[in-house]
Amino acid sequence: MAEVSLHDISKSFGAQVALKNVSITIPDGAFVVLLGPTGAGKTTTLRLISGLETPDSGQIRIGGQDVAGLTPAQRNVAMVFQQYSLYPHLTVRENLAFPLKSPLLRTPPDEIARKIGEVAEILQISDKLDNRATELSGGEMQRVSIGRALVRNPQIHLMDEPLSSLDAKLRSDLRIELKRIQASLGATLLYVTHDQTEAMTMATHVGVLDRGRLVQFGTPREIYEAPVSIYAASRLGSPRINILPASLFPGAPAGAASIGLRPEHIHLGEGQPARVVRVEHLGDQTRLHLRMAGSDLVTLTETHTALGKGDTIAIAPRNPLYFNADGNRLKQE
Amino acid sequence: MSIFSITEPSGRQKWIAGILVAAYAVITLIPLLWIIATGFKSPSDAIAYPPKVMFDPSLEGYVNLFTTQTRITPDMEATLGEPDTWYERLVREKGMVIAGPSRYGERFLNSVIIGFGSTFLSVFLGTLAAYAFSRFKVPLKDDLMFFILSTRMMPPIAVAIPIFLMYRTLGLSDTHLGMILLYTAVNLSLAVWLLKGFIDEIPREYEEAALIDGYTRFQAFIKVVLPQAATGIASTAIFCLIFAWNEYAFAVLLTSGEAQTAPPFIPTIIGVGGQDWPAVAAGATLFLLPVVIFTILLRKHLLRGITFGAVRK
Repeated sequence: MAEVSLHDISKSFGAQVALKNVSITIPDGAFVVLLGPTGAGKTTTLRLISGLETPDSGQIRIGGQDVAGLTPAQRNVAMVFQQYSLYPHLTVRENLAFPLKSPLLRTPPDEIARKIGEVAEILQISDKLDNRATELSGGEMQRVSIGRALVRNPQIHLMDEPLSSLDAKLRSDLRIELKRIQASLGATLLYVTHDQTEAMTMATHVGVLDRGRLVQFGTPREIYEAPVSIYAASRLGSPRINILPASLFPGAPAGAASIGLRPEHIHLGEGQPARVVRVEHLGDQTRLHLRMAGSDLVTLTETHTALGKGDTIAIAPRNPLYFNADGNRLKQE
Repeated sequence: MSIFSITEPSGRQKWIAGILVAAYAVITLIPLLWIIATGFKSPSDAIAYPPKVMFDPSLEGYVNLFTTQTRITPDMEATLGEPDTWYERLVREKGMVIAGPSRYGERFLNSVIIGFGSTFLSVFLGTLAAYAFSRFKVPLKDDLMFFILSTRMMPPIAVAIPIFLMYRTLGLSDTHLGMILLYTAVNLSLAVWLLKGFIDEIPREYEEAALIDGYTRFQAFIKVVLPQAATGIASTAIFCLIFAWNEYAFAVLLTSGEAQTAPPFIPTIIGVGGQDWPAVAAGATLFLLPVVIFTILLRKHLLRGITFGAVRK
């Protein structure tokens, strides 16, 4: 396991800028999640670190060593792909053994058998080892492909939305499993997703990418509580942060164009009147959809609320975030 | 149940479909059965009218195919001993004696060497070229692919005379190498196009995964791409073999002795001893076998080839 750092990396595909001047340090043993919508440059970052792509400019270091010119094999990284993650012509056992048998590792057969047994145990696929890769369910396939990364001891694990093709139940199980494995191995992991729950629950650090630029890097908590911009604020939190004109509420600082209110930052019962548009009962929480002076907002209320459609309720901001006209957050003193 | 339903067909539907398929198979197989049967007829049965469906099977055709024979003259008769093999006896009954082996064996072997040699070379070069075209940034890729296809737009026989002169100058006339190169040149465009289609279907993530797993690109090609391209390689090999195996025009033009293949040889059998149709039929029947066996061996891959892409995604 090693620290991985990108220094001033840029990469374009033709006229399309994938990454622009990105610098990021993934500390040894950290679980770093890159967040951003499609096209933000998340996957490109992984491919640059793995050596499948070459940066136009900038430097990548793995364990302090500049890896420019090294092949993917020489970099000793493991990668889990979003799709097509297993070799379809091999059995599960052969898939797991594949990286171990490589000219890079040349693992002796008894060592291969031991490692496969171990990993199969952890991922609960021991009974599937002799199945063909194509005979597995989606969840099993993804577990095996994670297993293929785990049998090795690479400098860094790169994972490209490994859970995105799974159903909700399996995703939440594997999320916990993955975090547990990473913590117990002390593995360095760079994980790409656009699922904010995955970011919040697994990450030690989150990097927010916006059209090829790294706009914020910090702990999930930092990014949730102190986002640098509306864009970064919108990456985390469910329901999403409400962005409203700053003038709706009194007390906005000079230069504020909009106010950002997380659902829990809306105090009910005093302040400005808002109309209830819809009440969503989700079981564990109840969401209130409100309309106020032409703006829509969503907040949470007690599970068994008496409020109904058409009611009016007074709301007031609590610990709001203010953003200027460019969408950047105003620092509050 | 609507006629557009996509449910499992009923028992009766399956029966009707089965009968239709069987009837079609019989119709298409009749010429083949006729040739195979003629190979086992006596020369008189072979030309009998009305045609004989039931006949006494005889191996005369096969014996005639593999041997050259001369008529027994009265002064030879004294020196001849008792026939010691079944085929010798068969020939003696007609008043003939075996003078030696015919050239069919050699011609057949030439067909095998040239057919399989050019098939191997076409598929080998085709796979490498198709992989490069599929995966790498090749300058003028589209133009090159079109050029490769364009070599097939003209019937090859149109350039037979220039090729004949070229081969004579280069000393390639009537050589195995010359015929292998010629058939490879004709087949290669088909091989590159077919195989590129198959390799394009293999997601490149597999190779990338292999690269990251510690393999070089060439090792990834061997261990990951080739096994998955097996279907395409098998289908392409069958197409190439069928062309090279059946090719007649160039074989007549460019070969006469050393490297003559079976197709130009088989018709010459007729001339040897009148109209020896059973021998011709026997030659044709044996000539069918290698392609049939090759196709049966690759059958599993071929079936997957037909449904390739339909079930994967």
